[in-house]
Amino acid sequence: MPTFSTLINLFLTFFKVGAVSFGGGYGMLSLLRETVVSANWLTDSEFLNFVAVSESTPGPVAINMATFIGSSQAGVLGSMFATFGVVMPSFIIILIIVALVNNLIKYAGVQGFLRGVRPCAIGLIVATAITMFLSTIVGFVNFETTLSVDYKGIIILAIIALIGYIYKRIKGKKISPILLIVISAGLGILAYSPLIFK
Amino acid sequence: MDKFKKIIGVFLTMFKIGLFTFGGGYAMIAIFENEFVSNKKWIDKDEFVDIVAIAESTPGPIAINSSTYIGYKVAGILGSIAGTLGMVLPSFTIIYIISLFFDKFLEFEYVKYAFHGIQACVIYLILTAGIKMFKSMKKDLFNTIIFAGVVVVMVALTILSIKLSTILYILTCGIIGLIIYLIGFLKSKTAVKKEDK
Repeated sequence: MPTFSTLINLFLTFFKVGAVSFGGGYGMLSLLRETVVSANWLTDSEFLNFVAVSESTPGPVAINMATFIGSSQAGVLGSMFATFGVVMPSFIIILIIVALVNNLIKYAGVQGFLRGVRPCAIGLIVATAITMFLSTIVGFVNFETTLSVDYKGIIILAIIALIGYIYKRIKGKKISPILLIVISAGLGILAYSPLIFK
Repeated sequence: MDKFKKIIGVFLTMFKIGLFTFGGGYAMIAIFENEFVSNKKWIDKDEFVDIVAIAESTPGPIAINSSTYIGYKVAGILGSIAGTLGMVLPSFTIIYIISLFFDKFLEFEYVKYAFHGIQACVIYLILTAGIKMFKSMKKDLFNTIIFAGVVVVMVALTILSIKLSTILYILTCGIIGLIIYLIGFLKSKTAVKKEDK
């Protein structure tokens, strides 16, 4: 049985993530990663596994992540508290806007604030990808420790990027993330299994 | 009775969209329009444009913001609860079931190798999601500076092992946006006053 404080902690963590992240599921990743890694719930690699599953199953990525992390920490109750937490701020904020202050978003001051937040949210997504790359593939921890570069990971990343680029060139649209995940799984088995590279 | 039907309708439609749409909130917007504007005609076109604008600019998952909003528009508070529940339930059930087996699944050696490869792919997916949003962003001086500033500062601080909360970035950028707006506002006011004289 998970303790009550674990459940409350999950609820509050995801409530915070739902309340202050902009730009949808991906916009949430930066804050979510920072929170779960500093709480020692997940490592960066585990976090990436969870993103992969959330991305290749249907439904909102944010809900998938909350359910997954909640369940990993405290079972079915944990997933309920985390999911409830990430949904509540949206629910409350939207109801306030739609029922009380119909044109809150149109207030110039709010527009000014959002004008700053939008490019910031996009910057956070790009920076998250870069720092994830540094921590999981380059093996960067800090200046004192030596790097443990995962060259196979870099090669896989390069192949994936190349496939994505070629697909877009030929078909004129973005390749499905699920297809890319399947391809990378195959590449992972090829690259890391001891049968092929000893 | 009619309202009750609508509440059930919102729940079922959101459930269906939550169950079959991959790629999260942005991918759902076109499907919402198809279902609620074109098919059911429960929401008119102009209203839908407002809904999308608000769902994208308020915090939280875009899918949840939209389902709460659409649910409310169709059938009031109960509609918003039905819409949000309908959107959450399929995800919740699927992911909860996966999470029961995930650790066991990762114990297989080859699954571990596969996920090693997948991790590299997810980094690529996050990066391209960011780049795609950057491309659709208006690239004026202000947006570009904020975007580049956030990327450079966050990467640099990570390398220096300095931890700075994401919330701080969001708040700082929001306040900068607000200040610039206020400056513009005051300038235009004084300009008007000068013209009056």
